[in-house]
Parts: sequence; C-alpha cells; structure tokens
Amino acid sequence: MTDVLVCVKRVPDFSGEVLLTEDAQSADARFVGYTMSNHDQCAVELGVQVAAATDGQVTVLSIGTADSVEQLRSALGVGATAAVLVEADPVALGPADVAHEIAQVVSERDYGLVLLGNDAADSGDFQVGIRLGHELSRPVVTGVQTLSVDGDTVSARADGPDGREKYSVPLPAVVTVMEGGVEPRYPTITGRMKAKKVEVENRSLSREPVGSGRVKLTLPPPTPTNAEVLGEGPETAKVVVDLLQKLGVTR
Amino acid sequence: MILVYVETSAEGIQEVSLETVTFARTLSEAGNGVPIDAVVVGPAPNDLSTELASYGVRNVHHASGDDFDLFSGAATASAVIAARQVAGSVVVMAGGTNRGNEVVARVATRLDVPMAANVVSFHGLSPFVVTRQVVGGAALEEMRLGKRPAVFSVAGHAVEPVPAETPGAGSIVPLAVDLAPEDLLGRVTSVEGADTDDADSLKSARVVVGAGRGAGGPDGFGDVIELAELLGGTLGVSRVVTSLGWRPHHEQVGQTGSRISPEVYIPCGISGAIQHWAGCASSKVILAINTDAEAPMMTKATYAVVGDMHEVVPAINEEIRRRRG
Ligand SMILES: Cc1cc2nc3c(=O)[nH]c(=O)nc-3n(C[C@H](O)[C@H](O)[C@H](O)COP(=O)(O)OP(=O)(O)OC[C@H]3O[C@@H](n4cnc5c(N)ncnc54)[C@H](O)[C@@H]3O)c2cc1C
Repeated sequence: MTDVLVCVKRVPDFSGEVLLTEDAQSADARFVGYTMSNHDQCAVELGVQVAAATDGQVTVLSIGTADSVEQLRSALGVGATAAVLVEADPVALGPADVAHEIAQVVSERDYGLVLLGNDAADSGDFQVGIRLGHELSRPVVTGVQTLSVDGDTVSARADGPDGREKYSVPLPAVVTVMEGGVEPRYPTITGRMKAKKVEVENRSLSREPVGSGRVKLTLPPPTPTNAEVLGEGPETAKVVVDLLQKLGVTR
Repeated sequence: MILVYVETSAEGIQEVSLETVTFARTLSEAGNGVPIDAVVVGPAPNDLSTELASYGVRNVHHASGDDFDLFSGAATASAVIAARQVAGSVVVMAGGTNRGNEVVARVATRLDVPMAANVVSFHGLSPFVVTRQVVGGAALEEMRLGKRPAVFSVAGHAVEPVPAETPGAGSIVPLAVDLAPEDLLGRVTSVEGADTDDADSLKSARVVVGAGRGAGGPDGFGDVIELAELLGGTLGVSRVVTSLGWRPHHEQVGQTGSRISPEVYIPCGISGAIQHWAGCASSKVILAINTDAEAPMMTKATYAVVGDMHEVVPAINEEIRRRRG
C-alpha cells in the first residue's frame, strides 16, 4: 500500500499575452482565470494510478490563496480522497518556503511517495521537489513521465538527453513529474459529487517565509512584426512555390 | 571564480553548455577577468579540453569512473560541489536544460543558497541581480541572489555560443569526489538510446519544415514530412508534439530542443511561443502556415499563409511535384 501526496499549484491560465499587477510582483490573472499546470495534472494522474494499483490513498496539497481550493477540488474529482490547503500569499513565498511547508505535512504523516510538478507554470523555479527531498532526506527523481510502484521500489521513466531513462528508486521518495507520459483523466459526475463532500484541511504557514528574492516582474519587449501575408488557403500554393524557387530551395 | 557545469554526451559538449560558458565570460569580464572553470561528470568526448579551451575555460574538473557512468542528480551535485571547493567558486552555473536545472537546484539546496532558473542577463555584481524567464518566458523576473555562491541556470539559446578571443588552458584536472551511498539511490539504471544523428541533421539543415499541435495527432505529419523531403530538408517540431509523444524528442526545436538556422523554416500549426522562437529565430526566412493570422509565429515570420496546414501543405507538395513534371 502506497499513500501518495500530490502537490499542486494554482497558476494563471495564460495562453496569450501576459499582464502584470500594478506592483509588478505577480502576473495579473484577472482576465484569464486560473488552472492547474499540465505537469501537476499529470502528477495527480500518476498519483491516482499508483494508489489504485497498491490500495493506497491520494492526498492532494496546495499552498496558496484560499481560492486554491478550486484546484484541490479538481484533484479530488479524479480520485484524490483528502486535501490540505496551506493558506498563504504565494507572492511572499520562495521555493525553499514551499518545500519547507510540504515537508511539515509529510513528516507528520506516512506518505511513501510525494509527487510534484517538475516546475510551476508561473514562477518556473525548477527546485521545490529537490529542496523537499533534501529536507526529508529522501531520494528525488525529476522530470518523470510514467511510474509504477512495486513493493518498496518506484520505477520511473524520464526523457533524458540520450534517450528514455529508467530509474529504480527505494521508497519513500520524491518524484517530480513532466507532462507527456499520461493523459490526465476527466472527473466523472460521481467524482465531482464526492469531491464536494471532502472537507479540506486548512493549515497556516509553520514559519516566517524567507521569500523568493524577487525584485520585480517585467514584460519582454515585443518582437517587431513585419510578416508579408502571402494569402489564404490552399490557393496560395503557387505563390508559395514561386517564393521557394526564388529562395533557391526547390527547382 | 566562476564554475560552469558542462553537459556532455558521446557526441560532444552540449551546445547549451557552450552558450553558458559564453555567458560566463561576460560575467568574468564584469568581474575583472575572474577565471572560468568547468566541471564535467561522467564519460567525456576526446576533444573536451581543446573545445573548452577555445571558449576560454581555465581548468576542466573531470569526475569519472563507474559511479558516474550513468546519471545520478545527487552524485553529479556532489561532483560540482567538490569542484567548487577546489576552484573556490563564487558563482556556479549550468545550461537551462532539465538536467542543468536539476543539478544546480541540488547544488543550491545543499549549499543552502537560492537558485535562479533560466537566467537571461545579470545586472551589477553586488548585489548580484539576475533577470530570468518566468511564466514560460512570457514575463521576466528580476531576482536578487543574496548569498554566495550565486547559483543559476542560463536559459537555453538566450546567448549565442561564441569562442573566446583569448583561449584558456583547458587543462583537465581529475576530480576526486567522496560519494555518500544516498548519492546513488536516484540513479539512471538504463537508457534507451535515441538516434542523436538526427538532431545533428536538424541543426545543420538548409530547410526545416516545422509542425506543432496543429498537426492534430501522431498521424498528422505525412504532408509536412513529404514537403521536407521534396525540399531536401528535415522535420522539426514543437514541444507540445514531443510531450504528447507524437514525435521523438530529437526533432524538437526550441529552448529545450535544437537551435536551427536554416535558409528557410516553414513552421506549420506552431503558435510561436517564446521558447520555440528561441530555437528558430536565426532562420534566414520564416514562412509560417497557421489558421490563426494573429499567432505570434505568423506576425514574427517573414511570410505568412493563413490556412489549415492539412489543406495548404498538400497543395504546396502537389504544386512542387507538378512543376518538376
Ligand atoms: C521551460 C520551458 C521550455 C520550453 N521549451 C520549448 C521548446 O524547446 N520548444 C517548443 O516548441 N516549446 C517549448 N516550450 C513550450 C512552449 O511554451 C509552447 O507551449 C509550445 O511551443 C507550443 O507548441 P505549439 O505551437 O505546437 O502548440 P500551440 O501553442 O497549441 O499552437 C498550436 C498552433 O497551431 C495552430 N493550428 C491549429 N490547428 C491548425 C491547423 N489545422 N492548421 C494550421 N494551424 C493550426 C493554432 O492556431 C496555434 O497557433 C517550453 C515551455 C517551457 C515552460
């Protein structure tokens, strides 16, 4: 039986242009809404798979504003059975703070496996999982796309520079997940009903945060636009091939 | 003293690592020429010394042996920390690959200092402030690295790799590392090799035909592959395509893939996110094909065709074949 803790973050749902808040301390999501990043969704999926295969349970944890309950509920809707919210202003926290708060929860309970997204879609720190593993004295594997648990060992696969890498790590362990290995499932109606009933455990920060070192956010200068539109649809094929001939890449 | 974790594979030094050494030189100049050392962990290519020397590296600390044949993040971090002790470095950096980010994150964690991921520039040395990519590169963060050593990764393809005017010695210095048993717990047990020759042909291709999410699925690449063949070129894809497993990673163009510089790049169904742009910006001519005339790739390209790639690309292929008779 492997009990899994999956850590998820509420992040702005940007697909296009990003706006900043007036104090330049965070991205302004008022017009785009919030979501859970793809890496986190895949972490939830892997957690649910491992728990199902080993008769374990999945607890989902988020550190952030009270609204992060929305992301916790969506994980509860696909198979997590308990949820913890550490309420805090995310702007005040750095990666070491986030890792420290997760470590508090893990050390009070017996989660054999802790899963996190490899990097957060907004702050992009690439280190919370590693700091967590260090604090808990557990091995960490990063960038994992698929995994399974057999007894006291987690077998994981990741995309490395030389190909598909296999890891085999003793539990308890920390694993950070990258999208691409699994398709996150959609919540069923019964899943959603169950999710509503689960009481979310509320906690507050265990210590004064050290912060992230952020001075301010800025937006990159826009790239100049100068595209010449050749036309619309398949009719442009002739113009395109004329161009390719002119450029000397086809006869 | 600046220490750069240099990633190598059987083929040689990773381009992103050479970019990072180039970045390190601007830092060195700002610091009145402090020397740059490299640390290499595991099997290394034969020309390691000459290549790093040409980039201005003084010493190359090399950890080798059975324990380092297969990657372990913790063991690699131990090697980097050992090299830092030998070299007395106040800055430790790596390329912003998954591996580079992991290694510097481990180093920073063990030394109890902050780590900045995907840095693009720095301002002033004390306090040491860096600018780095956040929100997937759509925004930048100014971040203060208040403790020493300053530990960070450099965003892939944020700088061009340029050899130094004055080469360094590039002396290989064998590195002794005291590994703890737990350093080898999270270690790669096997690697299923990808064909890395293909990535090389992408980097040197005269024509690259790109395909992104617009391809629609693993079966949506037939036409773009045909166009690439007709033009004597190569297929390049976006990260969405490799993440979804539609195409192999060695075909990926961008910050965490290859940087291409063809005569002509033809991205089809690729939105042109900043991380993709990082890998294709040095193409001479970009001809974008996309249903969305407002997609960043369409406005940044040299030429744009508005339309469904599954209609436009076959029509182009047909026209090329017709003209060839
Ligand atoms: C740290 C980090 C590193 C990254 N590294 C990379 C990298 O190396 N390379 C990379 O590519 N990305 C990278 N990304 C991801 C990047 O941010 C984008 O998510 C990705 O490039 C988007 O891929 P896409 O353009 O294929 O998909 P989308 O952004 O979804 O765009 C699909 C495009 O296809 C168009 N389209 C849809 N259907 C059709 C059709 N039938 N015909 C024509 N057009 C159509 C749409 O209009 C849209 O413009 C990275 C992200 C992060 C955070």
